[in-house]
Amino acid sequence: MPTLANYLFVSGLLFSIGLAGVLLRRNILIIFMGLELMLNAANLSLVAFSRFHLGQDGCPRYNAQVLVFFIITVAAAEVAVGLAIIVALYRARQTTRVEDLDTLKF
Amino acid sequence: MPLALFWIFAALTIAFGAGVVFFRSPVSSAMSLVMAFVGLAALFVTLDAFFIGVVQVLVYAGAVMVLFLFIIMLLDLRADQRRPVKLAAWAGGGIVVGGFIAVLSQVVSSLPALQQTKPALADPAASDVAMVGLLLFRSFNLPFQILGVLLLVATVGVVVLSRRELK
Repeated sequence: MPTLANYLFVSGLLFSIGLAGVLLRRNILIIFMGLELMLNAANLSLVAFSRFHLGQDGCPRYNAQVLVFFIITVAAAEVAVGLAIIVALYRARQTTRVEDLDTLKF
Repeated sequence: MPLALFWIFAALTIAFGAGVVFFRSPVSSAMSLVMAFVGLAALFVTLDAFFIGVVQVLVYAGAVMVLFLFIIMLLDLRADQRRPVKLAAWAGGGIVVGGFIAVLSQVVSSLPALQQTKPALADPAASDVAMVGLLLFRSFNLPFQILGVLLLVATVGVVVLSRRELK
């Protein structure tokens, strides 16, 4: 049987892959996908904790699953707004590379 | 058997997640992300969170990724051309990510409380959809309503942002 440590390790690995995508890629859409990966890694550890620490009644703690549900909903709203901003940005500057967006650079 | 399934789906999720970062074409990255989300949904099912697994496939692998692919194709993005690798950026990113993985594996393997296996459920046939739904409408009713308002605001905001004549 997999242990809680296994799940947390997979979740952490997924989080660091998302972090690597945000840090290393220069395309703003791929950076956005990295953000989604990090959100999902957090969801995985929440569900793992809810399953491994049962409540008094012997059921998983469903509070964590409600929180994951909220996170998924907020992430969906965030994706819609973020992609709309990227489209508006592309219309204004004709680029999705973060190196070309240096107006605020000192 | 559960251990084998766990490692198969974990490897699938990690491999396709790495594909998101390493593929050059944005369409390949997005497809890879779809597969990573499906693998993650399977991991949720191994944790007896059937509702979250189904929502993950419907919302993420379905709706969100369709939106991503739609935008990628709307903007007609080409694959990144090979550029000289920025050594400082890769070294900095490598140090941050490698350090995070090292600390994480050390902490996770050293805590004895994390080495437990899954405790048996009191009622394996209990419906998690019903439990999550009851909790959502009893204990978390106000956040649930606020979430509905948030979705409405996001929808209106997207429509306003996407209009062509943005002042």
